[in-house]
Amino acid sequence: MESILNLISEHREIIYFVLLSVFVGIEVIGGVPTVLHTPLMSGANAIHGVVIVGAIYVMLNVDPSDYLALALGFLAVLLGTLNVVGGFVVTDRMLEMFKKK
Amino acid sequence: MKSALLELSYLIGSVTFIIGLKMMGNPKSARKGNLLGAAGMTLAILGTIFLFEKKSEEGVVVADYAVPGIIYALIFGAILLGTIVGWLTAKRVQMTKMPELVSMFNGMGGACAALIGLMEYQHNLHHTAALATIIAGMVIGTVSFSGSIIAYLKLNGTMKQPIRLPKYNIINTIVMAGVVLFGTWVVMTAPSMTFLYLLFAVAIVYGILFTVPIGGADMPVVISLLNSFTGLAAAFGGFLYDNKIMLTGGILVGSAGMLLTLVMCKAMNRPLSNVIFGAFGGGDAAAGSSSISGSIKDINVSDTAVLMNYSKKVIIVPGYGLAVAQAQHVIHELETILEERGVEVKYAIHPVAGRMPGHMNVLLAESNVSYDKLVEMEDINPEFSSTDVVLVVGANDVVNPAAHNDPASPIYGMPILDVENASHIIVNKRSMNAGYAGIENELFFNPKTSMLFGDAKAVLTKLVAEIKSL
Repeated sequence: MESILNLISEHREIIYFVLLSVFVGIEVIGGVPTVLHTPLMSGANAIHGVVIVGAIYVMLNVDPSDYLALALGFLAVLLGTLNVVGGFVVTDRMLEMFKKK
Repeated sequence: MKSALLELSYLIGSVTFIIGLKMMGNPKSARKGNLLGAAGMTLAILGTIFLFEKKSEEGVVVADYAVPGIIYALIFGAILLGTIVGWLTAKRVQMTKMPELVSMFNGMGGACAALIGLMEYQHNLHHTAALATIIAGMVIGTVSFSGSIIAYLKLNGTMKQPIRLPKYNIINTIVMAGVVLFGTWVVMTAPSMTFLYLLFAVAIVYGILFTVPIGGADMPVVISLLNSFTGLAAAFGGFLYDNKIMLTGGILVGSAGMLLTLVMCKAMNRPLSNVIFGAFGGGDAAAGSSSISGSIKDINVSDTAVLMNYSKKVIIVPGYGLAVAQAQHVIHELETILEERGVEVKYAIHPVAGRMPGHMNVLLAESNVSYDKLVEMEDINPEFSSTDVVLVVGANDVVNPAAHNDPASPIYGMPILDVENASHIIVNKRSMNAGYAGIENELFFNPKTSMLFGDAKAVLTKLVAEIKSL
């Protein structure tokens, strides 16, 4: 019990951070018209591509003589880029069609 | 200095994600919102690369550390390659293929998170908390990856029927419990890499088993759920590195994706558990359909043309068939010519018509259908009783009255478009095959219903020509 309480007080800031982010996520989506659900899903899909930041960070720390790690890191950055670029471009294409004529 | 600038770029990036997503909730600002998010992402990526500081085991910055050239080369090479491939794929894909592409990109993000886990494992063998974060992120990312690939295959038609092993719910639950226990064991004992790869493989299998039994009609829900999973996996990466932008981006998408999933389930009036564990269109579904009797009435194009031309009000109900047939332009042409003849035309948009919520709106917007002609279900339902002709194009389950009056039907309770209240119902379908959910539709046997068989694009083109000649 005590250890759990300690854990909470130790990571107090991060817990607040997570809770508030969850509410922001819910708030941001709330009341969006059905029309925009697909672009919104696609836009959110692009945003979780932020995982690429982690991939780049790992890659920058890789020992250059570790070929397996280099290969995996390359693949991770590549997949992350696909997620980010593809995600944003597809969303833009969907939304382009909503512009008023 | 460098690290403060990096934190600043992450802060700005996080704010653009939040504001960008918010702006995407409004048709007017949506496009700018997306671009804003993209700008924030670019900033964060550039910051990560150029403001990097090597830290020692104790977290102290190593002064004068130069990242080897080969690593920069690989990073830039991967980004360049990913940008070209991602950009071209996204630009070239047809509007109808959009949902599966989103699923594919989602899978890429999941795989990226999984690879980070595979790479970080060995560096954190002695930190149980870090290990827990790594394993959680890796497993969730992997499930999201293999699940998204299956969803992709299902949506593009490679995998048509849901595959259900006998007792699949029990098998899936056991495999899921297995993954959790195995993962916990790995965190506790920090075994060799072999076991990590084994865990990775089991997570892939679980992602497949999780998605394979789910019926096609439920795919949007699954994609949204997996989208939320990938967000979660990114957030775990954020915990690991105490990286704020991965945390905000990941949690934002995790919670927003989860809410979107629930909103979709609500539109279908089914709890999420039912989507995941329930056998949609399964064996017992047939029981409900056996009671349907009556005959089907055909109508030809010229009769349809006359009927529509002399109506006062026509409502078009688009469905996935419209997307498949690429008939969005010709339907707009039909709408224009009917309006010229003084007929009031509207589109009734069911929240889950097509393969994703809003799929029909995106598709019709592509052919310049005016925004205010697209009416959502709650608003259009009272209007059917004053409508002369309803034209159902490639929609099936969303107009199936079994949702109202057949408790045995798997879609019982789902809100539908009440097209039955109109004076005439014309249903365009390629054949008498059941809808995506695999259930019969008694609407087709309604005395007010006439069937206009044929490919939507071909039939509608003929219909437009026919009306023009009247």
